[in-house]
Amino acid sequence: MLIFEKSRPGRGCDLLPECDVEVTLPQEKDKREKKLHLPELSEIELSRHYTELAKKSHGVNDGFYPLGSCTMKYNPKINEDMAALPGFTEIHPLQPAHTVQGCLEVIKESENLLCEITGMDRMTFQPAAGAHGEFTGLLLIKAYHKSRGDEKRKKIIVPDSAHGTNPASAAMAGFQVVSIESAPDGGVDLEKLQEVCGEDTAGLMLTNPNTVGLFDKNILKITEIVHNCGGLCYYDGANLNAVMGTVRPGDMGFDVIHLNLHKTFSTPHGGGGPGSGPVGCKSMLVPFLPSYVVDGEEELKFVKEPQSIGEMKSFYGNFTVIVKALTYVKTLGREGIPEASRNAVLNANYMMNKLKDLYTMAYDEVCMHEFVMSLADLKKKTGISAMDIAKGLLDNGIHPPTMYFPLIVEEALMVEPTETESKETLDEAVEVLRKLYEIAETDAEQLHQAPVTTPVTRMDEVGAARHPYLRYEWQD
Amino acid sequence: MEVRAELKYTKSHEWVKEEGGVWTIGLTDYAQSALGDLVFVNLPEVGDSVEAGEVFGDVESVKAVSDVYSPVTGEVEEINEELLDAPETINGAPYDAWFIKVKDVSGTEELLSAEEYEAFVASEE
Repeated sequence: MLIFEKSRPGRGCDLLPECDVEVTLPQEKDKREKKLHLPELSEIELSRHYTELAKKSHGVNDGFYPLGSCTMKYNPKINEDMAALPGFTEIHPLQPAHTVQGCLEVIKESENLLCEITGMDRMTFQPAAGAHGEFTGLLLIKAYHKSRGDEKRKKIIVPDSAHGTNPASAAMAGFQVVSIESAPDGGVDLEKLQEVCGEDTAGLMLTNPNTVGLFDKNILKITEIVHNCGGLCYYDGANLNAVMGTVRPGDMGFDVIHLNLHKTFSTPHGGGGPGSGPVGCKSMLVPFLPSYVVDGEEELKFVKEPQSIGEMKSFYGNFTVIVKALTYVKTLGREGIPEASRNAVLNANYMMNKLKDLYTMAYDEVCMHEFVMSLADLKKKTGISAMDIAKGLLDNGIHPPTMYFPLIVEEALMVEPTETESKETLDEAVEVLRKLYEIAETDAEQLHQAPVTTPVTRMDEVGAARHPYLRYEWQD
Repeated sequence: MEVRAELKYTKSHEWVKEEGGVWTIGLTDYAQSALGDLVFVNLPEVGDSVEAGEVFGDVESVKAVSDVYSPVTGEVEEINEELLDAPETINGAPYDAWFIKVKDVSGTEELLSAEEYEAFVASEE
């Protein structure tokens, strides 16, 4: 039931303090014709409503959440403590810079540390999430070519194993998308890349390790091919959790990157996050950065770059998310950052090796932070699809892996355990997955019905997509 | 899997039928069953040109969006507007649920007969 349906006129809880400034009402002509639908509930009803919603959902605080490519790692509580400090919360974005030097220092220090981890020269924190970062990065590439009078560069090359957002962002930024087929080993096909590179190439978008969880060993060759034809290389930071502190995108030859603080740097993901998708770049792209960057020696201040592409978001991005990410980086430190990545890789390989005698691995080799299984054989044999196994996991208190992605693998389940899970949790998940495989072979019908223990059972996804309710129907 | 003797097929699982210089194009029964329940269809506009072997539209299931390729080169004469509101007809009656009709056809993909297509699908399995 929606909170609006629980509302009763006149009920409420006084959460707002008394108004301490003069009340000014809008003129008659400016008043709204219909009153707003604001829910009216007592505090206990409100509290129960949200507790009920929390109980119905599954987050990383409830159980294992191996959602591939999403890095659903634990969000340490110390991050929240730091972000809740009054110096970070009781501020206003229009406050004079000299009164919020600590906040500017947070932005500056985060920029320095994240640039060191990624091998970039500067970073903007304006983008609110990954795809927003991609869009920002592509606009930087566009502005760079334009500033050199090189306007024939209209094409962005995207391998077919890329995140779905990559071609979408490139199209949004006004580029033509050139998709290239992956090589049989899941990496970029160098010959095909060479073929499509030319005078009209604006750049390449890539994630490494790629979406099948493998590190592309040809990465230096790939970025060289693109640079040789005059294009720039964009790094999608979605999979940085496999390599942070060990390999730097800047050293792989990338010119511009985005990070997902809500993935790699342990800030909340999902449920609105909010996210943060900072974009880092090499020096030649710095003049185009969206405003504002923090500069200054004695006193820090916000500076707008002369050829800035403009505002990607109001003010300085999701600031308290930066505080949380900085807390994470400083808590782990120089040794902890690469260790976290090593453990993420170890956990993925551990699970993969415990499953591969039963489940078909899309690429049976040492993986990075995630691995992809193909359930095509099982589906052929038993009728049980990746979707059925995913639903079966729900009945066992485990969030499903990413399904049907990457598109180049049939009946894909993409598992990313992350470094924050214990051996016991991984063992339990392996046991559940093995049990589900057995059920698929012996009692397929049972799995077609799953989940049966969750607050909401098997959804009619087809019905929802064909006949969606796009807006709430108010009674008045 | 139903394959109709009177139609021609592509390796990308479209069917095509020529009548008086107009080519009607749709998705095969095998394709719809592999894609699962379709929930959305994107079609070109009348007057657009299509090219043999190139994408002319896409279909969306709850799992993924898949491209639909044109078996012929020519100009779109008519699109099946009803399909836009009822993509489920592709699942229910794939050989009635045509996507587009193409005229002024100047070339085609490699087209397979019903037997050849059946053999091709069997080899894909």
